[in-house]
Amino acid sequence: MAVTKKNQKHRDLAQILSAASCALIAGTSPAVNAAESWDVDSAFLLYSESDGRVSAAEPVISATKNYDEETKLNFKLVADTLTGASPNGATPGDHVQTFTRPSGNGSYDVAASEQPLDDTFRDTRIALSTNWSAPINRDWAYGVGGYLSSEHDYQSVGVNSSLSRYLNQKNATLTLGLNLSNDTITPEGGVPTSLVQMPLSSTDSEFSQRSDSESKSLVDAVFGVTQVINRRTIMQFNYALSTSSGYLTDPYKIISVIDDNAGANFGGNFQSNGRDLYLYEKRPDSRLKQSLYWQTKYQLDNNDILDLSYRYMFDDWGISSHTIDAKYRFRFDKQYLEPQLRWYTQSKADFYHRYLNASNYTDVDFASADYRLGDLDTYTIGLKYGYKFADETEFYTRFSLYHQESSGDKGYGKLASQDLYPSMDAAMFIAGYKF
Amino acid sequence: MRTLISAVAFLTISIAVTGCSDLGVKPWERDILAQQEMNLISDPIESSLNDHIYFSKEASSGGQGFGGGGCGCN
Repeated sequence: MAVTKKNQKHRDLAQILSAASCALIAGTSPAVNAAESWDVDSAFLLYSESDGRVSAAEPVISATKNYDEETKLNFKLVADTLTGASPNGATPGDHVQTFTRPSGNGSYDVAASEQPLDDTFRDTRIALSTNWSAPINRDWAYGVGGYLSSEHDYQSVGVNSSLSRYLNQKNATLTLGLNLSNDTITPEGGVPTSLVQMPLSSTDSEFSQRSDSESKSLVDAVFGVTQVINRRTIMQFNYALSTSSGYLTDPYKIISVIDDNAGANFGGNFQSNGRDLYLYEKRPDSRLKQSLYWQTKYQLDNNDILDLSYRYMFDDWGISSHTIDAKYRFRFDKQYLEPQLRWYTQSKADFYHRYLNASNYTDVDFASADYRLGDLDTYTIGLKYGYKFADETEFYTRFSLYHQESSGDKGYGKLASQDLYPSMDAAMFIAGYKF
Repeated sequence: MRTLISAVAFLTISIAVTGCSDLGVKPWERDILAQQEMNLISDPIESSLNDHIYFSKEASSGGQGFGGGGCGCN
C-alpha cells in the first residue's frame, strides 16, 4: 500500500514537473493542466543593464501541494544565467589601464576615461528549495524549509523554520522566523590577499600563497506582527536581525591608489613596482543588519488594491537605507493593471572609499570601492498586467525600468575630470503563469 | 520622508492606544481579506525575483522575509 502511494506521489511529481517545464517553454499553452492537488507557479525573468553590463535570464518553477487550507509542501527550482561586464572598483584614468584577470591568466585593457569593467563576468546558478508548513493546533502553526544553491565559484546551503501564534480570532498573528545558512566561496584564481597590490599574473608569488576557498555563515531572525485592521485593510510590522560572519569581502573587487603628491601626476594613478597600484579590497569579517518593515494592503470600494510598504535598514558597517514601494492594482473583470513605484536610498559604509591616497593607503584596515556600499539612490518604475483565465489560473507580465545614481567624493587634480559615479539603467521583463 | 515616518508612527501609536482587540473582523466578514490578491505577498515568485535583483545591486536586503542571499552576486 505504502509503495503504491509512493509511486502515485512520484507519478504526480513527474507529471507536474513535465507539465511545468512545458509551460516554461510553451508559455501559456492551454493544453497544460496539472493534477488538481498541485498549484504551479512559473515565471521567466529577463534582466538587462545598459552599456553592455550584466544581463540575466532566470526561469523559476514552484510547485505547491495543498493537503488542506493550511498544510502545504512546496518545491522551488531556480536557474540563473549571467553574462556581461561588472565594475571592478578601479577609477577611470587619464591613460589606458591594464588589469590582471581574476584567474591570473592574461589581462584586459580599459581605455582612458572609461569606466573599468571586468568583462569576464559569467555565471550559471541553480537553486533548489523546499518548504513545509502546517498547523500545530487552532492557535499555532509552524514551517520548516531547506535550501541549496550552486554556481561555479559559490555554494550555499541553508535551513529555516518559523512559528506562528494566532490571536483574537486570527485577527492578529505573531510570527518568529529563523534562517541559518553557510556559504562557500571558491573564487576564480583563488582567494586574493586583501589590501595587497594586484599582481601581474599567476606566476607571481601572491597567487601561490592563496587559499582555494573561504566561507561565511549567516543567521537571520524575523519577528513579525500581522494585524487585520478592518474588512478591507491588513497591516504588517516586522523587525529583522541578520548577522553574517566569515569572508564578506568581494574577491573580484579592487581599489585604485591615487597620487596625492604635488606635481605633474597630482590626482593620477600612483605607481608602485613600475605600474599603477590597485589593491584587493577588504571588508570586516562580520556584519550585523537590522531592519524595520511596515506594509499595508487596502482594498478600495471599487475593488482596486493599494499596497504600500516602507523599510528602514541599518547595520554596523555604517550603512542605513530607506525603501518605499507602492503598487496600485486597477481591477477589471478578469484582468488587472498594476503600476509600481519603488524608491531606495542608502548611505555609504564607513570603509567605502572611491579610491585611496598614496600618502596613507597603508594605514587603512578595511577598504572597498564597491559602488553597492557607497551613497546610492535607486528608482524602479514598473507596470504589470494580469489575466485570470479561471480560478487560480493566471498569466501575468511585468515590465520595469531600474535606475541607479551614485554620489560621493569627486577626487582632485587629474581625477576630478573623470566620471567617478556613472549612473546605471536596467530593464526587467517578467512573464509568469500560475495554474 | 519625514511625513511618511510620522504617518507610520501615527498609525503605530493609534493601534497601540486603541488596543489590538478593537481591531479586526468577525470570521464571517473575511470575504475581501480572503481574496488571494489581499495576501501580503500575493505573488511569491515575482517577489523573490525582485529580492534577488535588489540584493545583488544594493546594500540592503530582507525585511519582509529573509530576502535575497545564497548567491555570489553580493
